[in-house]
Amino acid sequence: MKNNTPLFKRVRENRLFWPLVALSLIFIFNAIFSPGFFKLGILDGHLYGNLIDVFNNSAPLMLVALGMTLVIATGGVDLSVGAVIAISAAMGAVLINPVFGNEEITNAVAADPTLTNTPLWLVVVVTLVAGTLCGLWNGLLVSRAKISPMVATLILMVAGRGIAQLIERGQIMTVYYKPYHWFGNGFILGLPVSIYIVAIVYAIAWVLVRKTSIGLFIESVGLNAKSSYYSGISEKNVKLFAYTFCGFCGAVAGLILGSYIHAIDANNIGLNYELDAIFAVVIGGTLMSGGRFSLLASMVGALIIWTFTITMYIFGVPANALLAGRAVLVLVVILLYSDYARRILNRIFERKGLQHDTAN
Amino acid sequence: MTDSQNILSMNRIKKSFPGVAALENVDFSLRKGEVHALIGENGAGKSTLIKVLTGVEHPDSGSIELDGKPVQVRSPQHSQELGISTVYQEINLCTNISVAENIMMGFEPHNFFGIDWKKMNALASEAMKRLDVDIDVTQSLGNFSVAIQQMVAIVRSLEVASPKILILDEPTSSLDVNETAHLFGVIRKLKSEGIGIIFITHFLDQVYEITDRITVLRNGKLVGTYNTTSLPRIELIGKMLGRSLTELDEVSKAKQKNEQKKDTESLVEAKGLGLTGSIEAIDFELHVGEVVGLAGLLGSGRTEIANLIFGIDTPDKGSLKIKGKKINHFSPLESLENGIALCPEDRKAEGIVGDLTIRENIILALQARYGWFKFIATQKQYEIAENYIKLLGIATPSADQLVKNLSGGNQQKVILARWLATDPQVFILDEPTRGIDVGAKAEIQKLVLQLAQEGKSIIFISSELEEVLRTSHRIVVLRDRKKAAEYSGDVDDHTIIQTMAGIL
Ligand SMILES: Nc1ncnc2c1ncn2[C@@H]1O[C@H](COP(=O)(O)OP(=O)(O)OP(=O)(O)O)[C@@H](O)[C@H]1O
Ligand SMILES: [Mg+2]
Repeated sequence: MKNNTPLFKRVRENRLFWPLVALSLIFIFNAIFSPGFFKLGILDGHLYGNLIDVFNNSAPLMLVALGMTLVIATGGVDLSVGAVIAISAAMGAVLINPVFGNEEITNAVAADPTLTNTPLWLVVVVTLVAGTLCGLWNGLLVSRAKISPMVATLILMVAGRGIAQLIERGQIMTVYYKPYHWFGNGFILGLPVSIYIVAIVYAIAWVLVRKTSIGLFIESVGLNAKSSYYSGISEKNVKLFAYTFCGFCGAVAGLILGSYIHAIDANNIGLNYELDAIFAVVIGGTLMSGGRFSLLASMVGALIIWTFTITMYIFGVPANALLAGRAVLVLVVILLYSDYARRILNRIFERKGLQHDTAN
Repeated sequence: MTDSQNILSMNRIKKSFPGVAALENVDFSLRKGEVHALIGENGAGKSTLIKVLTGVEHPDSGSIELDGKPVQVRSPQHSQELGISTVYQEINLCTNISVAENIMMGFEPHNFFGIDWKKMNALASEAMKRLDVDIDVTQSLGNFSVAIQQMVAIVRSLEVASPKILILDEPTSSLDVNETAHLFGVIRKLKSEGIGIIFITHFLDQVYEITDRITVLRNGKLVGTYNTTSLPRIELIGKMLGRSLTELDEVSKAKQKNEQKKDTESLVEAKGLGLTGSIEAIDFELHVGEVVGLAGLLGSGRTEIANLIFGIDTPDKGSLKIKGKKINHFSPLESLENGIALCPEDRKAEGIVGDLTIRENIILALQARYGWFKFIATQKQYEIAENYIKLLGIATPSADQLVKNLSGGNQQKVILARWLATDPQVFILDEPTRGIDVGAKAEIQKLVLQLAQEGKSIIFISSELEEVLRTSHRIVVLRDRKKAAEYSGDVDDHTIIQTMAGIL
């Protein structure tokens, strides 16, 4: 008596269903048209191949999507994650740089490993704290000053890259400090470090939302803020938490992104990540109006975006056409998720179901 | 029943939801110019039958005939085109746009420059006046009481089409006596114009006052259709519930044992408590084990007092003591921690979270009191939820049902459960029986007195005077946002009505 919905319908209504279908479609496409896609090789004891690239490249977006999921679930949005990535990465770079505060940094000086005496743990902590503080700032604007999320985070989105440039003294900082490269390029047991980082942050987020009451409160506030308030839920603190966590996720992403290319360009690092992250969350089935969310589905959303992108690279699609391609992806997904499409799909599937019933 | 007068007949309608057979082969017919009551317990299937008729839901089987011709109602819009207008149980208007816009939305009069605002406002204002409601239609709807909003919904449904059939799903549940009388005037007028009216309500008085025939549903099945004059009230209740109602007598008995609580410790003590523009300074006391009823017309300030004591609003004068402790910081969370609960008036906006499950809704306030890190284990959540589903008789296949899929009355019970679960000392109930069937109403009244006997205190707000009288040890009457008088529980209803109206 617990649930007599047909199994297939239940599967279909699972949040992960459509994202996984989409991901599989792209994989199948690759399996057919680009045979090399699934080939994995071992080089210097690490796995390599397109699939590994997909995961490694997706890592920062997956992280940002985690934070964005919580923010969107409260009924808000965070437009500043790209800027937060830049600020936190810049903070890290500046700490590593041996001649902190000096405007004249020659590559020769910076390349001298003996001059970097900032320990790695301090670099990491400062990076993370910087991003978290940015998130806290957004959270305060939204929850305490009651500025609408779009406007509140727009402030940091616009100002953030400027701040990052100030931190870096207008330079693109190249990082020669080897240990720092590890986050984006290292391997543990043959797999990229970034995958482990994503796993850890996901685990933290999962425990926070599913093993405490925060997840329930986020959904409740996103669905009906007034009823939640009447029930004694502190809407303010719930929102503050979501934005702060989103900032933290941006910082971790900044760490990995900065580490990939050993250089932090305040103008370009994490560019458009806020939009991709929002999109990843939408693919994951969380409504922009807030409410029910799935962290895992958002991460699959991020994977879809990158698999799609890398597939297009493989097929030699030029960069500007790539954007158009993404736009099409966005459109298809949004159409698929519309009520109208849902109804049509349900009708198609249910008609089949009905015939089965009468046949039995 | 191929009655030639029938403008509508619904035959053997069947509709199931996962785990619920909401309608099983139900027949229903409506004649020209009749008012036809649709009666049944919470979750009996009344709203579902209406939704089938208006194209919101599609029946699994069965047929609908309009004026003898079979039709398939595809969508709410289609049903309007067919001449069926509906005011739903849950008002679905936009509170942030003006009354006029709400009424005329989609049918705005145009002039050369676009929408003719002046004409639109004039039309809307005139339409409202036909219901004898004289308000500024350019103000946004949210500024008005639920009752006015309800009136606006009715006006809209009449205005946008000239319907042959008008459906009113619990239109009076938030109206006071005068407003209900207004509405009935309008209904009689429409009836004389030959419009068939389907009227859903839990107020049996109103059924006998205005309807010609009654159709009773129970558990999704048709019990029968009767002429109102030939069906005595006792029999009607019996048909609705499938048993006779004796609890009401027990309620009054329970109260008698319970009189005189004045000398016990006072739990709530308000001195000159007030908020400019909301309620004038008021003295109020609530003792252990006492039920205090708040009576008054709509807008008299009952809900405002509830909101002040529960900390939704922060007062700007006077002081409030809870259990002897002065309250400085007003918020629902603070109140929750002080053992106060508020079951709010507006179920949809302030009560339920429709897209969460019954279980999640029930544990919400309890979890809020426990905070973020003392998470109630899922197993325990089910235990709590299932306990209250049984206690309050919430009709649902499982605790995992989304609350928005419950019938109106059952949603109300979920909110009650939410607050009962926090085990409050002081329970403020603002219209707790709105939309609740007679059987469950008696259950809730019994529950109120039982809680009082256990030493809890209750502030009981209801538009139904009879109910206030039956449960309260003391009654505070409000008028024009002021305390008008205070009576002991054995006062007669006449005195109270006169005080409410300002004659006394
Ligand atoms: N969308 C839905 N999904 C699942 N169950 C539903 C849905 N809509 C209604 N139900 C169920 O169908 C039954 C009939 O509900 P309905 O709303 O018709 O009751 P009602 O007679 O109007 O009750 P009330 O007097 O409380 O308004 C209830 O058990 C309800 O839970
Ligand atoms: Mg109903």
